[in-house]
Amino acid sequence: MNIEINGEQVEIPSQCKTMTDLLMHYGLETKILIVELNKQILEKTNHDKTCITVGDRIEIVHFVGGG
Amino acid sequence: MLKIGSYEFKSRLLLGTGKFPSFEIQKTAVDVSEAQILTFAVRRMNIFEANQPNFLEMLDVSKYTLLPNTAGASTAEEAVRIARLAKASGLCDMIKVEVIGDWKTLLPDPLETLKASEMLLEEGFIVLPYTSDDVLLAKRLQELGVHAIMPGASPIGSGQGIINPLNLSFIIEQAIVPIIVDAGIGSPSDAAFAMELGADAVLLNTAVSGAQNPVKMALAMKLAIEAGRLGFDAGRIPKKRYASASSPMEGNLFL
Repeated sequence: MNIEINGEQVEIPSQCKTMTDLLMHYGLETKILIVELNKQILEKTNHDKTCITVGDRIEIVHFVGGG
Repeated sequence: MLKIGSYEFKSRLLLGTGKFPSFEIQKTAVDVSEAQILTFAVRRMNIFEANQPNFLEMLDVSKYTLLPNTAGASTAEEAVRIARLAKASGLCDMIKVEVIGDWKTLLPDPLETLKASEMLLEEGFIVLPYTSDDVLLAKRLQELGVHAIMPGASPIGSGQGIINPLNLSFIIEQAIVPIIVDAGIGSPSDAAFAMELGADAVLLNTAVSGAQNPVKMALAMKLAIEAGRLGFDAGRIPKKRYASASSPMEGNLFL
């Protein structure tokens, strides 16, 4: 399945059905991060209820050092 | 105590987390500084390198109040988007509104900053805008209801110190919210000077992270901020044009 993550086109396996699956696929399940799906922030509690569909635009952001 | 919104802090030093030589040095510098508020930026994650260490994950986040910034935004809408993302982490409800209007000087865009602050206040954020040292802008922001104002001492990361102490003192005099001097501080004497002028706190990053010894500088800054605050509370003597002897004139052997 082709989707966009952080501005890049990526092909993800078809067993990645939910946002939780997707985060586990990239090994991010324990990370402190925030997900935006098609410009809407996705609350953490909704990650496993949210299905990924072809063409979704996903932003995965986190906190980095800054002043 | 430094009071920002519903929060209270013993420390008057806010520390940025950018550009430290290593996480180990950074962790020690944070400890030594006794800072209770740490700033962070929000950025896209490199999902293909999930194992890269992240400083936030090395911290006991329950010990600190996180102050994410909206750095990278050049419009109010972009700043609001970053602020919402930061808040959705569930780790913070404070936001440093940073809307850059010029990428060479990194000076903030006053109109977009005002607009973003208004939007974020409506959404219930604790709003701390980074501004220039414009006195009237500070006034307009506090009329909006921002929880603190963060005027820059000089351009971000420049280390030029307080280039307009007069404006800064005007901002402080008319303030009804905490004034946190942000950006441009280079040395402990700059930080002490800001506090002597009556600032409520100082936000540092490059001055500490870029020092030859960031840990020593973190301690120096902590002490300078404490000394400057004590000096402000104590009330300095007025400046006089001529000398005023400390030793009595009476009983002088030679007069």
